[in-house]
Amino acid sequence: LLTATIFIPLVAAFGFALLPGTSDDSGRRITTLRAAATVLAAIPLLLIIIAWFRFDGGGRFELVESAQWIPTLGVGYKVGIDGVSLPLAAMTALLFVVSIPYPVDFRGRAPRYLALMLFLESASLGVFLALDMFLFYVFWDLGLVGMFFLIGAWGHDDAQRSALKFFLYTLAGSLALLLGIIGIYLQTDPRTFDIPTIIEAGVLPAGGVYSTLVFLGMFLGFAIKTPTVPFHTWLPPAHVDAPAPASAILAGVLLKMGTYGFFRFLMQMLPETFARFAPALGIVAVISILYGALVALAQTNLKRLIAYTSVNHMGYVILGLAAAGWAVSGEERAQAIALTGAVVEMVAHGLITGALFLISGSVLARAHTYEIDEFGGLAGRSPALTGTTALAAFASLGLPGLAGFVAEFQVFAGTLSIQPWLAAIGLVGIVVTAALFLRMLQKVFLGPLPERWREWTDLSSVETASLTALLVMVVVIGVVPFWLLDVIDTAASTFTGP
Amino acid sequence: MTQQEMTREMIASLGDVVPDLILLGGGIVILLFALFAPRSAQVGAAMLALVTSVAAGVATIVMFDGRQSPTFFDTYSTDDVALWAKLIILAATIAVIALSIPWFARDPRHGEYYTLLLFSSLGAVLLAGATDLMEIVMAIVLSSATSYVLIAYHRRSKLASEAAMKYFLIAALTSSAMLLGVALLFGLAGTTTLSGLRDGLSDGAVALIVGAALVITALAFKMGSVPAHAWMPDVAQGAPAPVAAFVTTVPKVGGLVALARLVSVLPVTIGWRPLVALLAAATMTLGNLAALWQDDVRRLLGWSAVSQTGYALMALAALGRSDLAIPSLLYFLLAYVLANIAAFGVVVELRGRTDRASYAGLARAHPLLAISLVIAFLSLIGIPPLVGFGAKLALFTAAIEANYEWLAVIAAINTVVSIFYYARVMAPAYFDEMTTPVPVLGEWAASATYSLTIAVIVTGIAAEPFLNAMRAALLLPG
Repeated sequence: LLTATIFIPLVAAFGFALLPGTSDDSGRRITTLRAAATVLAAIPLLLIIIAWFRFDGGGRFELVESAQWIPTLGVGYKVGIDGVSLPLAAMTALLFVVSIPYPVDFRGRAPRYLALMLFLESASLGVFLALDMFLFYVFWDLGLVGMFFLIGAWGHDDAQRSALKFFLYTLAGSLALLLGIIGIYLQTDPRTFDIPTIIEAGVLPAGGVYSTLVFLGMFLGFAIKTPTVPFHTWLPPAHVDAPAPASAILAGVLLKMGTYGFFRFLMQMLPETFARFAPALGIVAVISILYGALVALAQTNLKRLIAYTSVNHMGYVILGLAAAGWAVSGEERAQAIALTGAVVEMVAHGLITGALFLISGSVLARAHTYEIDEFGGLAGRSPALTGTTALAAFASLGLPGLAGFVAEFQVFAGTLSIQPWLAAIGLVGIVVTAALFLRMLQKVFLGPLPERWREWTDLSSVETASLTALLVMVVVIGVVPFWLLDVIDTAASTFTGP
Repeated sequence: MTQQEMTREMIASLGDVVPDLILLGGGIVILLFALFAPRSAQVGAAMLALVTSVAAGVATIVMFDGRQSPTFFDTYSTDDVALWAKLIILAATIAVIALSIPWFARDPRHGEYYTLLLFSSLGAVLLAGATDLMEIVMAIVLSSATSYVLIAYHRRSKLASEAAMKYFLIAALTSSAMLLGVALLFGLAGTTTLSGLRDGLSDGAVALIVGAALVITALAFKMGSVPAHAWMPDVAQGAPAPVAAFVTTVPKVGGLVALARLVSVLPVTIGWRPLVALLAAATMTLGNLAALWQDDVRRLLGWSAVSQTGYALMALAALGRSDLAIPSLLYFLLAYVLANIAAFGVVVELRGRTDRASYAGLARAHPLLAISLVIAFLSLIGIPPLVGFGAKLALFTAAIEANYEWLAVIAAINTVVSIFYYARVMAPAYFDEMTTPVPVLGEWAASATYSLTIAVIVTGIAAEPFLNAMRAALLLPG
């Protein structure tokens, strides 16, 4: 089942890659192609929903499928899910289904674009479902390569430069990660890349230069990807210059690979070393929260603003993870809550920021600019755009009843009983994000309508449908979160203890 | 042993060198053929060369019978390392022949080119199997002398002459250094066989260090490693493109195996391990830094070839300390040869196009060539699941296991640096619009390039049979 989830989009991607390009970007052929790609992208979503119902939450990896691959090196093909990877995979699949049909300037290369998106879907799902470090790394790097070409070929402004910067930065992180993986691999006996085996065996106890180096190597890899301050500098250009659906995927899915790696590798495989570094991580998280929020506040470019709020939100995730891995005893429940909150934040941020970046693409297509100051009064011209943006923005700033609140509430509730000071400082970030989103909404949608936007058109039906799908989930998670929390808690309480 | 007995044993050992004899015989037949065949039939020489290489490859595969032993009085080895190296060399030779057919199609006297190619290939093959210093000298000279002519095959090209001159001078210098080194080692151990050196060399003597260093320098020339790497970019740029593909890959395979054999018999106390690690670090760093701002794609490939030698040397630094040292070396060589010749294959198919700017829009004009170039480059970088990734993973693991963590870190940093220049070629090919029409050569070169590209993917995903078999390979007399 999970194997099909990964490989159906991959096969579909090769199919699309073989199709010839088109001279113009409209017409029935394009519409058909786009619809076909969307349907194919939806198959994994369907399969994951089936997996969700089969998931029984015993705290172990479930629906495992495995095969021999390179036994000489201890490499196996192994996929499976637990309470953390299942919601992330589901969010990933949903985000791809809504991003693929989203309008974008194809530049006469529609089949290639769709092929790359499907390829990226396969790689992203692979990262979350893989239970073998080798396999994980394969998908991890394929995701990078796919995104490099996506930004470079369909981005705008200084896209080539941004694509290269993205590629260099994140591949540097990958290689640090690879060295860390090898470091763990060399400690296993018999040699294996199998993730469940390594987690169970606890191969690398804390202390010593070796485990610290392994930890730091992997930390670097995941921190660049997440990104946390000070490794975030690749993010704004890559997000701004990428085509909107690619930005949505980048923020919604690729950043989660980093935070997912924090949990799966650093916390589960090296729990003792993680506990030693948890205070440092907590500080990094709080800095990311404040820095991301304050820099976002200063932005006049809509997409840059959203990009920096990603840095801010990833800070919440890391804060939750740090609290969950903190070396304290007797606080297991609070730690489980913090961990659950961090995972909900990953899912919520994927949905919300995915929606915001898609919206920014719609804005660019109509206005050819991201400058917030050039807009105003759009609420009258485009109620659908205004409504979706407002809802997404409120969700992002953590309004109760929406997904972001559930996540941030749990993160802070959990952190408060472990490190009140960190939680208190982090809360300032929420205030700042609230301010910047309200300011953004006010400038773009309220006030007088500038003359040049008299002919502004509202969202098309495809755009509305895509955004609605995401925002419905945001509301559902916000109002009735227990079905999600219960699934995540199966993994969270297994990690922290009951 | 009497004269007669020796003759008898030598004749009995001939079975161990069947692939080498096939190459030799094939080369001679082609030479005769080229002398007497009319101009219109010269392409027959290429077909003969293909048949010869395939036959030699089959003969090599037959020799994988688990019997890994020295032969010819300890001067030659039939261990699996030699056999794998031969297979890789022959595969490379076959691919280069296919690339050469369209490239030399208009050259009226190209029959003898294939003789030279096979002899050069034979030199590398001998180098991979040699376990005697004199044998190594002979193999290096055979390989260098033929390569020199191959590089200068387009006599009227100034770039080719310059490249050939540079190659010749460095070859002459390092070869004479080597003879001096061999003389010193012979004087110390009283023999030139490697097994004799292993038993006869005691550490500490300055003459030993000097002698070993001189021999290593000559092998560094063959591999394109620091300090004798300077010919690599010039040859890559100036030589006929198929020859560039050949000279940047085939001798390297022989040279690395020979160096592995040599260092494994030297006393550890003379510090060859840190020396090799240092060479590795210097070679990969220099190659990558020099490639950074190259606007000439062939020159860029030449510098990239230098840096790849640096990665390969990591395996040698781990010899004897990690079980993965030998398999990682062999698998890396396979990976490197496939990807590097595939990249040069694209250049050949594009009629030697070498200006980086002229690759703009390649993806629209020739999507298959563009994807081949990208896959070759990604494999050279080490992106999974391509063959280059498994190779680098094995190298990194071997280095870390051998307590050369710093070398693995330097290699990782270098890999990041290398992305920059590979991306500088890939990006315009995909992201820019076509500027000029892009003529191509023909089917032979194209099919060779595509086959190599497919091999880069397949040998990467199906790594198990290779790594499993390479794991059993011995390095004699080790």
